[in-house]
Amino acid sequence: MTRATFETMGTVVSLDRAGSPALLDAVRAVFDAADRRFSLYRSDSELRRIADGSLELLDASAELREVYATALGWRGETGGAFTPHRPDGTVDLNGIVKAWAMAEAGRALGGDGDWCLNVGGDVLVSRAAGPGAPWVVGIVDPADRAGLLTGLPLVGGRRAAATSGSAERGDHIWTRGREAAEFAQVTVLADDIVTADVLATAIVSGGSATLDDLTARFDIDALTVARSGELRATPGIRELVTR
Amino acid sequence: MRRRAVVASVIASAGVLIAGFQIGSAVTAGRTSSTTGTGTTSGGSASNSGTSGGTSSGSTGTTGSSGPAKDGTFTGATEQTPFGPMQVAAVISGGKITDVKVLQKTNQGGRSVQISNQADPMLRSEVLQAQSANVSTIGGATYTSEGYLMSLQAALDQAGFTG
Repeated sequence: MTRATFETMGTVVSLDRAGSPALLDAVRAVFDAADRRFSLYRSDSELRRIADGSLELLDASAELREVYATALGWRGETGGAFTPHRPDGTVDLNGIVKAWAMAEAGRALGGDGDWCLNVGGDVLVSRAAGPGAPWVVGIVDPADRAGLLTGLPLVGGRRAAATSGSAERGDHIWTRGREAAEFAQVTVLADDIVTADVLATAIVSGGSATLDDLTARFDIDALTVARSGELRATPGIRELVTR
Repeated sequence: MRRRAVVASVIASAGVLIAGFQIGSAVTAGRTSSTTGTGTTSGGSASNSGTSGGTSSGSTGTTGSSGPAKDGTFTGATEQTPFGPMQVAAVISGGKITDVKVLQKTNQGGRSVQISNQADPMLRSEVLQAQSANVSTIGGATYTSEGYLMSLQAALDQAGFTG
């Protein structure tokens, strides 16, 4: 029944029930390595050296190229709504690195425990169904950040909940075109955290057309909050909140 | 007319533009919201009748009434939109719209959308029914390490609260 918190990658990790100090250290190591390699704000990171031209992408580490390739794959899957490039062309893997590191940490923790990993508001749990009570993710109300919209239990195959917003960090998501984002906040539940995080980002970027496209093509649930405050939810979310 | 205006505004704000939307066939006086479950089930098949009734008869219902809107579920005609056929129903209670259901979805590019997983409008009061007392972790748009100090997750962490 323990919880550990530490700072990494410009945000904070909260880990419930890691199981052992060694596993907590392993998780810490995963995030520290990702921070050193992928953070553009660090002058010595590998990605920063690519951005300033002192390192060729082809000469980058296998790990960086793998994450970049994964991000390019998602760009194709989302019709460009998710992209690992800034408008000026700089490779920016912020949109995927955190989730990718969370998945790595999840593998380090193993599937047998009963842990819950929260990194900056994105959540991955050990199991979505089991003998104990499910982990319940409280979803922040974007109009009142001290309040909750709802609580979503992670059940069935759903192990991951990711939330993206267009309000908290102005530079977090590059929306297509110049117009303001349609959604103030998008939460996506999926079986894995990379899918959840990437598609939440893509829906904020692409708006309702992307929402309809991605909920039809991917096994996800989505809860969106428009700038006007209106909510939309997939049937899976309706079931969860009326349980 | 007022009823139609209200429904139209809801639909427009839901991102669906339907030219010449008409309110048709009042299906039942009882509430049929699938999420509240408090409706009277005199007909037994109220929620289903909306689909079949609306599809065929469409805009033949009364539309000229003035004054407060009557309670009930009102099914719109199936409209052809640039994106394919579209049909919605509005549940009205106490003169206000309490739910909007999309009965028939559009097609996109000739491909049938898997309507079973489409995100539809939902009321704030509906999602608030969730048991927030049991929340064990907080999900929200990425908070930075500075923003973390203001977050609900920080409060949970400080309290040492674990689910």
